[in-house]
Amino acid sequence: MKKAMMLTTALIATGFAASAQELNVVSWGGAYTVSQVEAYHKPFTEMTGVKVNSIDADNPATPLKAQVEAGNVSIDLADIELSDAIRLCDEGLLEEIDPAMLPPAPDGTPATEDFVPGAIQDCAVANIVWATVVAYDASKFPENPPSTLADFFDTEKYPGKRGLLKAAKRSLEMALVADGVPGSEVYEVLGTEEGVARALAKLDTIKDSVVWWEAGAQPPQLLADGEVVMTTGYNGRIFNAMIAENKPFNIIWDGAYMDYDLWAIPKGAPHLEDAKKFLAFSTDTQRLADQAKYISYGPARKSSSALVGMYQDGKTEMAPHMPTNPDNLTNPIWTDPTFWADHDVELSERFNAWLAN
Amino acid sequence: MTDATALLTTADGKPLKAALAASLATRRRRAFLLVAPLFLFIMISFIVPIGQMLYQSFYNDTFSSAAPNLAEWFDANPEGSAIDESAYAALAADLALMKKDKTAGAAGTRINYDVSGTRSMFTSTARKADKFEPPFKEAVLAEEKKWDDPNIWRAMRSASSPFTFDFYLAALDLTRDSSGSIVPVAEGQAIYKTLFWRTLSMSIEITALCLLLGFPIAHLLAVLPMRKAMLLMILVLLPFWTSLLVRTTSWMVLLQSQGVLNDMLVWAGLIDENGRIQMMYNQTGTIVAMTHILLPFTVLPLYSVMKTIPPSYVRAARSLGATSWTAFRRVYLPQTLPGIGAGGLLVFILAMGYYITPALVGGADGQMISNMIAFHMQKSLNWSLAAALAAMLLAIVLIFFWIYDRLVGIDKMKLG
Repeated sequence: MKKAMMLTTALIATGFAASAQELNVVSWGGAYTVSQVEAYHKPFTEMTGVKVNSIDADNPATPLKAQVEAGNVSIDLADIELSDAIRLCDEGLLEEIDPAMLPPAPDGTPATEDFVPGAIQDCAVANIVWATVVAYDASKFPENPPSTLADFFDTEKYPGKRGLLKAAKRSLEMALVADGVPGSEVYEVLGTEEGVARALAKLDTIKDSVVWWEAGAQPPQLLADGEVVMTTGYNGRIFNAMIAENKPFNIIWDGAYMDYDLWAIPKGAPHLEDAKKFLAFSTDTQRLADQAKYISYGPARKSSSALVGMYQDGKTEMAPHMPTNPDNLTNPIWTDPTFWADHDVELSERFNAWLAN
Repeated sequence: MTDATALLTTADGKPLKAALAASLATRRRRAFLLVAPLFLFIMISFIVPIGQMLYQSFYNDTFSSAAPNLAEWFDANPEGSAIDESAYAALAADLALMKKDKTAGAAGTRINYDVSGTRSMFTSTARKADKFEPPFKEAVLAEEKKWDDPNIWRAMRSASSPFTFDFYLAALDLTRDSSGSIVPVAEGQAIYKTLFWRTLSMSIEITALCLLLGFPIAHLLAVLPMRKAMLLMILVLLPFWTSLLVRTTSWMVLLQSQGVLNDMLVWAGLIDENGRIQMMYNQTGTIVAMTHILLPFTVLPLYSVMKTIPPSYVRAARSLGATSWTAFRRVYLPQTLPGIGAGGLLVFILAMGYYITPALVGGADGQMISNMIAFHMQKSLNWSLAAALAAMLLAIVLIFFWIYDRLVGIDKMKLG
């Protein structure tokens, strides 16, 4: 039943072509895909002669799931979020990955120690660490600019509209940190009834001032239009607006919400061997450092940090903009995919009901 | 007389009746062949997927297929039986099976819909399941003590049959308590009923606005001289041909608090810089944008009906002494009813299922039920709940269709 449905959906929705010496890589599009094409795809083709087809999806996990369940897989490699990587692996939709296939760091440190904790999963390997941060328009607060998550929730001291992602995940955690919970203890608090009520109560204090956003391109736009004075957003997109478009934005790293993007190979990938080769190649120390030249997402390997240089404009030092920079990791919230796998249904319901009333 | 009829034959001697039937059958077959491509297309791309989707709203076998032993135990032991060693043995066997087939995540997700926080119990306990030894109750509880929660067993019992109406309960803000009786969900979790009402009231508002605004335009179109009418028609059609997304974004440019409209008001001195009006990211924005987008759907049917009304009728009414209001109300308006009905129904049905515009300009209180359906399709991946919500939306639309048919008559509808 489900199979038949997936099949019809896949038939209608997809038109990928698969042939020899090709690799179909699905990612998120925009500046992020560009950074991958420059840092991974092009050198890989140069080295092996295998053509890499880059395909965009709103969330690559969605077509991956549909294809594997329909038994008609054309994706070789997909860039997915941590929670999806764990869920799809649990459901047996992904190839398992042996960490031994990943190349060691240049100084010989094995990959398992070189990657940041949690970056190597059973079925996926992280390439970047990205952050959801608060960004503000510096021209609106010339004196005494905001510096903490608590300031984001303080509309008296910093009047103006706020942009916030319309989702339980991130909003609830950030509300708790703003309310004084240390980033490392957020999930203990959010696991209790009082914690949820506390987070929603904190969100209540700014509910009337919030402009809700859903797509990653919106926050820089909202800030640039003057529609909001402060907003949460993905640090790479904010960076792009700050550096490439010269906007007077600043990032508050306090309470930054950290997440990984990982490579995963679907079960039944048509070019399994090449996909594995690509995965190992694109997550080596140099390639991860190269990617940082195009976008400000942090490499998932410790050994890459030293190699991170200048932005492609040749004058912006990338290190201060990396989520993994120690100066930026003052009070981070590391996402807990197990917590969200368990509580997503309930908390999303609570959040949506809170939002609608 | 009857004999004479029976004797009628064609030139080659076949009975006329049979020859006629044969020729009719050939024509019917040919006619069917002509529509067959369209029929097949509609079947494959429309009827079958919708049917499959609706089927999902009451059929979900993710748990029952992953846990055959538990399903058997639930069949053998009626509701209220003690959860004893044999139940835990079935659970342990199923968890081991889930580990082997990698179905623990999916099965856990299904139970997690009912009882929050249970998904990881399935995945973590299943990981150890092949090492369990009797007595299974102690072994399972030693691994995770929450397994003795009666709510989980109640949820597993209900999920162990693939046919369920639990998703319809959820779509009505209802749930089952630990004894299995139906109760409303907790205060902070009820959402769908509110959204259904909001969708309904917003759709009615938008339909009324469209008719109110569209009626004079359509009338003008119908009575103006050809050349001017064409120009006006282009003004109606141009936005109609423009992408929905473009029109929605244009409204965002106009309505946002730093937008054109607010800028003009500030410039004119009607409001000050800090008093900018919030016209978007709320219900107002959604209603304004949707009314504009759906307006052509009332104008066009109304126009096509009004075009056929001879102006002499109203003139005759006036010459017989009716005031212009009476002539309009008693002569003109009743003749436009098929157009009003068609335009109104069209806009209402479209508005009920609208998704993109509320998602973009709706903010928090301009969301409609279709946004929740999209949420469950794309984000939470609870397709069964999405299907149940969609089925209810479909039912509401059909009810309105039926009421319309009863009041006005569907044969009187004129779409253009």
